[in-house]
This record gives sequence, structure tokens and C-alpha cells, in this order.
Amino acid sequence: MMAIAAARRLGDGDVCFVGIGLPSLAANLARITHAPHCVLIYESGTIGAKPTELPLSIGDGQLAETADAVVSVPEMFAYWLQGGRIDVGFLGAAQIDRRGNLNSTVIGDYDRPKVRLPGGGAAPEIATSARDVFVMLEQTPRTFVERLDFTTSVGDRVRVVVTDLGMLEPDEEGELTLTQIHPGVEPEQVQEATAWELRIAEELDVTEPPSDTELVALRSLRTKGAPA
Amino acid sequence: MAELLPLRAAVEQLVRDGDTVALEGFTHLIPHAAGHELIRQHRRDLTLIRMTPDVIYDQLIGMGCARKLVFSWGGNPGVGSLYRVRDAVENGWPQPLELEEHSHAGMAAAYAAGAANLPFGVLRGYERNDLATRTNVRRVTCPFTGERLAAVAAHRPDVGVVHAQLADRQGNVQLWGITGVQKEVVLASARSIVTVEEVVDELVPRPGGIVLPSWTVDAVSIVPGGAKPSYALGYYDRDNEFYVRWAQISRKRDTFAAWMEDNVLREHVLA
Repeated sequence: MMAIAAARRLGDGDVCFVGIGLPSLAANLARITHAPHCVLIYESGTIGAKPTELPLSIGDGQLAETADAVVSVPEMFAYWLQGGRIDVGFLGAAQIDRRGNLNSTVIGDYDRPKVRLPGGGAAPEIATSARDVFVMLEQTPRTFVERLDFTTSVGDRVRVVVTDLGMLEPDEEGELTLTQIHPGVEPEQVQEATAWELRIAEELDVTEPPSDTELVALRSLRTKGAPA
Repeated sequence: MAELLPLRAAVEQLVRDGDTVALEGFTHLIPHAAGHELIRQHRRDLTLIRMTPDVIYDQLIGMGCARKLVFSWGGNPGVGSLYRVRDAVENGWPQPLELEEHSHAGMAAAYAAGAANLPFGVLRGYERNDLATRTNVRRVTCPFTGERLAAVAAHRPDVGVVHAQLADRQGNVQLWGITGVQKEVVLASARSIVTVEEVVDELVPRPGGIVLPSWTVDAVSIVPGGAKPSYALGYYDRDNEFYVRWAQISRKRDTFAAWMEDNVLREHVLA
């Protein structure tokens, strides 16, 4: 559901900077359904990749083989990301706060961590260079926190947060607000999964159930290494 | 001019305890065999640089080769944690590991600056996050526009290590597919080792391929399969199943040690 909901937000022709896992699934789903001209850029250097199976790593061979161009990593970050050529950058995280700031670095104190996470990778500059940032993560009180343990990337370009329960978008004050719930989800559930007092839009949309086309496309992509 | 050397001799001659060593390969052409040779030769107190420390750095760090890690994303791609890196950072086992943590964009700029023999790289980055307080980044003002930008000190490793598909007999190196930061790391490093799948009489130009001229490389070692379980485009695929299995192998210290003994250290006896 998360992948389908995120895919629907992508426009045909959007240039997307995608990471592995759900963002890759969502962007590929969009590409093989309503947005055939969506351009997929993986940070490994592949521009316009058209994988038929979901890659396990951002550098899988088929990404390079199906790409329009393969560039070096310094070129990718300098010319393409910081050069302002990305419409939509996808990010995930272990923690998010109400402003859309993200933590993918550490749980607990940096010098004495409870859990050492992988770190920022491309995220800090995606967050400040992409036109729009889409965040995808599961909603629990441990992920939707009052205060981040570490700020890996800033939230001012976050346009939507897609979760397993619904979608949040920044209101006019920039605070993430529940604007959509997935079928069968109650707003109270979403509040329970959020550690701060959640703002809920007056007119709450309900996500359309997946269409047959979307389900078929999803199955065709989920052949290897794809998260559920 | 690059010398064609067996890998063991190349590592013996070019890598010293306490060196700053960068093994690069952005998900493709990861120099696993060279990393294993560093482990077999018990190199110690290394400062290891790598954008994406994954399984090979988990092994090097778990075997006690490293004092410090300079990186931007450390994980098992598509799978999860690096348990040996986490054990070193969270519990100081087998020894404490100092971290210098960057973003990918910062690492790429630092390598490019090193390759250009410039003192620092410049980027629009590290803005308003906590990373800037934890790493070697400063702010500079553009002399033309006044824009405030981030500056990262150039990476200048003592030794750069990469894997490539081909070399010729003069030691010119050719690689293609996802070429990552390999050119930059070789040019930025004082010394360099390149492992290759095979040596041929003549290199044929390839679309998207890059060539490292022989005189930019110190040692070329022929190691077929030297990137496994990573992949070499045109030779073999990524062993995704191994990366999944690594999570189980590396989770506990004893299963990790047993695996290293059977699969890395014992080869020394045979070699």
C-alpha cells in the first residue's frame, strides 16, 4: 500500500532520485503504470535506469545495463543532485519529527550509541537539493518522535510522508499533518502511532484501494529482494 | 609504471601498519580479495576510508585491522546492519573504532579534490544538520557571489585499492559499468593497488569505460573473482544470497570468527 500510495504522487516525467527498497519499488511502479516517462536515478551513477526486477542493491548490474547514462559518483552528486536536476528525492529514516527532519544516523547518544544506524549517505544533500522530498517509513511512536536523537537531514523540502497508516503533509506552518488514511485505518490509530500530538486535516481523504493494474504491476516487480 | 605483482607481494610492499587506506567500488567491483589479503597479513591501526563500508569493511573491522573509519553510509545494502562495525562502535570490540562521518556528496567532493591535488572540495552540503558538528567540514564564502558553501578536506590516502575488469601487459587498467569513485581514489592516493579479472594484450575502448594509465598505478594483480560476492560487469553477477547470509554469519562474534578462519585465513596456508 505504501509503494502504491507513493507511486501515485509521482508525475509523468518526474526525475526521481531513488534509494533501494520501498522508494525503488514505488518509482518503478509509477514508471510501469501511469508515469512511463519518469526518470529513475540511482546514486550509484545510473541515470534513466529501467529495471524489470527490483534490485537488491543500488548498484545491481541491470541498473547500469538498462540506464540511459552511467556517470561517476562525484559527477552524480555534483552535476546532477547539487546541480538541481532532481524533481523528487526519496528518503527513509529511523526517526522523523513534526517538521520532517530525519535521523538515519544513531539511536541514543552519538558517542555512546544504543543503535548505530548506517548513516546519512545521500540523504543530507537530497534533503536540500531535490525540489520535493518524499519520505517513506512505518509509523510507530518510536519512529514518529517528539525529538530526534540526531538530525541527519532537514525537513523543509518534505512534501509528503507516506506511512503504512496514511499520508502526512506539511500544513501552512510547516507541521506534518495527517491528510489521508489508508482503507480500514482510523485517525485515532495514527495518533497512537505518533509520539507528538498529531494535527489532523479537517477533510481527511481515504486512499483508493489498489487497482488491478497496480497489483499486477506490483507483482511483476517483486521477484527478488523486494521488501513487502 | 605499474608492476604486475601477485596480490600478496603487492600488499606486502605497498601497505603498512597505520596507513590510511581506501578500498573503493560503489556496489560494483568491490575489492574483496585485496581486503582479505590485508586481513591475512594482519595489517593494524589502519584508517579505512570508504563511501559505503559494507561486507568487506565489516570483515576488516571485525578482524581488528582498523583504528578509524571515514565513511558516509555503512550498511549491508538491501539487507540491514553491519554487525561487526556496530560491535566495534557500540561495544569497542575487538577494539574501539573512531568515526569520521560524511555525506556521500561530501565524500565524493573530498576524493575529487584529492585527485585534483587541491586542498579541499567545495559543495552545497551539510546544511543545518548535526553531521556538520561531527565531521571535518568548514564553511567558506564564494569570492564571486558571497554564497556560503561547505568545504571538506581532500582525501589523500596512503594507499588506494580498487578492482577492475582488465589490464594490459603494460599495466594500463580498464573498467566499465558503474565506475563509482575509482578513478578519483587511485589519483588521490600516494600508492595504489588494482586487482583485475584478467590481463590482455590490448585494451579495446568501451562505451562508458574508463582507463587508468599504467603510470598512475603502482601494482596490478591478477585476481579472477576478486570482487566476489560483489560483481564484475561482464564477468559475474552480484551474489545477493551471500549478502543476505552475511547477516547471520556476522551477527555473533564466534560464527564470524569461524567463517573468517575457514574462508579467509586458511587460504593463506594453501596460497
